[in-house]
Amino acid sequence: MTSRKRSFSPNVDAAPGRSPRQAIPFLLPALVVLAALVLYPLVYSLIRSFFDASGDEFVGLGNYVETFTDPRTLIAFRNNVIWVVVAPAAVTGIGLILAVLTERIKWATAFRLVLFMPMAISLFASGIIFRLVYEEAPNQGVVNAVVVGVHDVFSPASQYPGARPRDGYAATEAGFTAIRPSRAGDTISLPLIGYPPQDVPPQALPASPPTAGTGELRGVLWLDVSIGGRAGAVDPTERGLPGVAVEAVRDGQVVARTTTGDDGRFTFPDLGAGDVTVRLPPENFALPFRGLTWLGPSFITPVIISSWIWIMTGFAITFIAAGLSAIPRDALEAARVDGATEWQVFKRVTIPLLSPVLLVVFVTLVINVLKIFELVFVIAPGSVQSEANVLALQMWQVSFGTGGDQGAGSALAVILFLLVAPAMLFNIRRFRRERS
Amino acid sequence: MTAVADEVRIDVPVSGAPKRGFLTRLVSRLGNGVVQVVLALVAVFWLVPVFGLLIASLRDESANTASGWWTVFTKPAELTLANYADLVANQAVWQSFLNTFYIAVPATVLVVVMASLASYALAWIEFPGRETLTVVVVGLLVMPIQVALIPVAKLFGALGLFGTITGVVLFHVAFGLPFAIFLLRNFFTGIPRDLIEAARMDGATEWVIFKRVILPVAKPAIASLTIFQFLWVWNDLLVALVFADQDSAPITVALRAQLRQFGTNIDMLSTGAFLSMVVPLAVFLVFQKYFVQGVLAGSTK
Repeated sequence: MTSRKRSFSPNVDAAPGRSPRQAIPFLLPALVVLAALVLYPLVYSLIRSFFDASGDEFVGLGNYVETFTDPRTLIAFRNNVIWVVVAPAAVTGIGLILAVLTERIKWATAFRLVLFMPMAISLFASGIIFRLVYEEAPNQGVVNAVVVGVHDVFSPASQYPGARPRDGYAATEAGFTAIRPSRAGDTISLPLIGYPPQDVPPQALPASPPTAGTGELRGVLWLDVSIGGRAGAVDPTERGLPGVAVEAVRDGQVVARTTTGDDGRFTFPDLGAGDVTVRLPPENFALPFRGLTWLGPSFITPVIISSWIWIMTGFAITFIAAGLSAIPRDALEAARVDGATEWQVFKRVTIPLLSPVLLVVFVTLVINVLKIFELVFVIAPGSVQSEANVLALQMWQVSFGTGGDQGAGSALAVILFLLVAPAMLFNIRRFRRERS
Repeated sequence: MTAVADEVRIDVPVSGAPKRGFLTRLVSRLGNGVVQVVLALVAVFWLVPVFGLLIASLRDESANTASGWWTVFTKPAELTLANYADLVANQAVWQSFLNTFYIAVPATVLVVVMASLASYALAWIEFPGRETLTVVVVGLLVMPIQVALIPVAKLFGALGLFGTITGVVLFHVAFGLPFAIFLLRNFFTGIPRDLIEAARMDGATEWVIFKRVILPVAKPAIASLTIFQFLWVWNDLLVALVFADQDSAPITVALRAQLRQFGTNIDMLSTGAFLSMVVPLAVFLVFQKYFVQGVLAGSTK
C-alpha cells in the first residue's frame, strides 16, 4: 500500500531509491579500486614531486626548477607545443572535409570503416607500420622509394656513380678539371678508376688510344683496371667508357662539349687557337639519390605527427559525420532555396551548427596529443629520440628508463596532470550543462 | 537564377531533392565523380601502410633486406608463411601473445562488472554525494596514467604485485573504470523510469532490479564497453612496460626489444606487429558498430 501511495504522489524529484545504504555494495568495488589506484596515487605523486630522487629529502620546488632547466625536457615541451598547435587542428580540419565529402558518396560506410580501422590497432603496431613506411633505405621504405622514383624522372641517375680520374684532375663543383691545359693537336689519355668493371655497359669496346690529328683535340677515356694491368696505361683487356660527357673550357666558358664513343674515344674538332682545359661534368658520376632521412632529427616530429593523423582522422570523421547527420535538413534546404551556393551553405549554416561538435572533437584530440607516448617511443630511432621527445615519454625515461629519478618523474607527471586539467574542467562543465 | 528558384518551388515534391538546371546538374555530377576519385585515393592511402606491413610479414629476412614489399607485384613467389611459423615456434613470443589474453580478458570482465554495478547506483539509487561522485568520475575521464605510474609501482612492490599479470590487470581496471562508469551511467539514466518503478512496486530488491531490468536492456552499451575496454587493454604498451616483467609481458612489450635493429628485423617485427593486430582487427570488423559507438560515447551521450 505504501509503495502504491508513493507512486501516486507527484514526486518528480531526481531518481528515486529506497535507502542510501543500498548503494554501498554497488559502489564499493569500483570506489576501492579508484581510490587506491587513481586518487591516492594522484596525491602521492603531488607530494613525491617535492622530494629528491631517493625520496628522503624535501627539495621544495627543486624538481620543477630542474625540469624547466633540463634541455631534454625543454625539447619535450617544445615538441608538445608543436603537437598541440598542429596535430588536433589538422585532424579536425581533414576530418571535417572528409566527413562532408562522404555525405555525397554511396559507399560512405565502407570509407569510414577503412579510415577508422587504425583506431582499433595498437599505437605500437601503428608505430611499426610507419617506421617501415618512412625507413630510409629506398628499397625498404615506401616513401623514399616514391621520392627517389620521382626524383630520378626529373634528374636521371648518373651513368658511372663514384667513378673518378686516376690523377691529373682536380675535383671542383663544375666537375673533374684537368690540372694541365691542352690544345688542338694534343691527345689526352684519361684513365678512370673507382667503378666496378662488371658494371661497364655491354656495348663498350676495347679502348684504343687515338693518334694526334691536326686542328683537333682527341682523347680516350677508359676504365683503368690496375689489377692484372698497368696503371695509367691502356691494356688490351681494358674497355672504353661510352657516353661520358667531356667539356673543353677556355677562360671559364665551355667552348665545346662532346661525348665518348663505345671505345672511349672523344674528339673536339674545332677548338681554334689557344689552350683549353678538359673537364668532366659531375652529372657523369653523381652518386644515386637515396631520398630523405625521414627518421633523422630534422623530420622526425612531422613524421610522427603524420602517423598520428593517420590514426585519428577516422575518429574525427565518424564523430563529425554523426554531428552532420543531426543537422536539420530543413535549415540546409532553406538556404539552398534562397539561392545560396554549396560553399555558402557550408560556411554559414553547416559550420555554425556543427561548432559544438568540432569543439568536442578538438578537445578530445588535444588530450590525446598531450599523452602521446607509444608513437614517439616506436617510430623515433634511439639516436633521435631525444629530438622527438615529448613529456609523456620524458616522464617514463626519467622515472623508469635511464634516469631513475622518481622525484623529477613525479614533477613531470604533475605537470602533465596540470596540462590536462583544463580539459577536465571542460568535460565537467559540458556534463553539467547537458544534465540541466 | 530567380526564375530557376521559382521553377524549383513549383514542381518539386515536398520530400524530394530540388531539381536544378542542366548546367548545375552537370557540374554536380562531375563534382561527384571527382569526389569519388579523391575519396577512393584517400582510402587507398590509408590502406597502403597496413598492406605494406602485411606483405613484409610474408617475406623472409633476405627478401625484406634486399627489396621493398612492393616488389611482391613482380615476384609473388617470394611470399611465405615462414615468419609466422618462426614466431609461433618462438616460446617467448608465443607466451607474450598468450599473456596479452590473460591480461585483456580479466581486465575487461572486471571493468564491465564493477562499472555496471557502480553505474546502477549512480543512476538509480539516491544517496548523499551522488552528484559529487558523478562529477569526480567525469573529471577522471582524462586523467593521464603517468600520474599513477610511480605510486602504484611502489604500492605493487609492497604488495608483491609488481611484475605480475594481476598487477597489470588491476592498473588497467582502475584506469578503465571512469570511462566505463561514464558510458554505462549515461545509458542507464536513459532507461525509462517506469520500468524501475514498476519493479520496485513489486517489491524487487535493488539487486534484482539491476539483474532483471537493467542488464537485459543495457546489452548494447555493455557490448560497446566490452569491446572498447578489451581493445584498449590489448593495445597497451606503457602500462605493461612499467608493471610487467619478462614472464608477464604482453606482445607489445616483448616485441619492443627488437626495435633497436629495425632495418634488419623487419621480418620479425612486421610479423609480430601483424600477429598483435589480428585480434583487434577481427574484433573491430565483427563488432564495428559497437566499437564506433563506444568511441563516440567517450565524448557525446
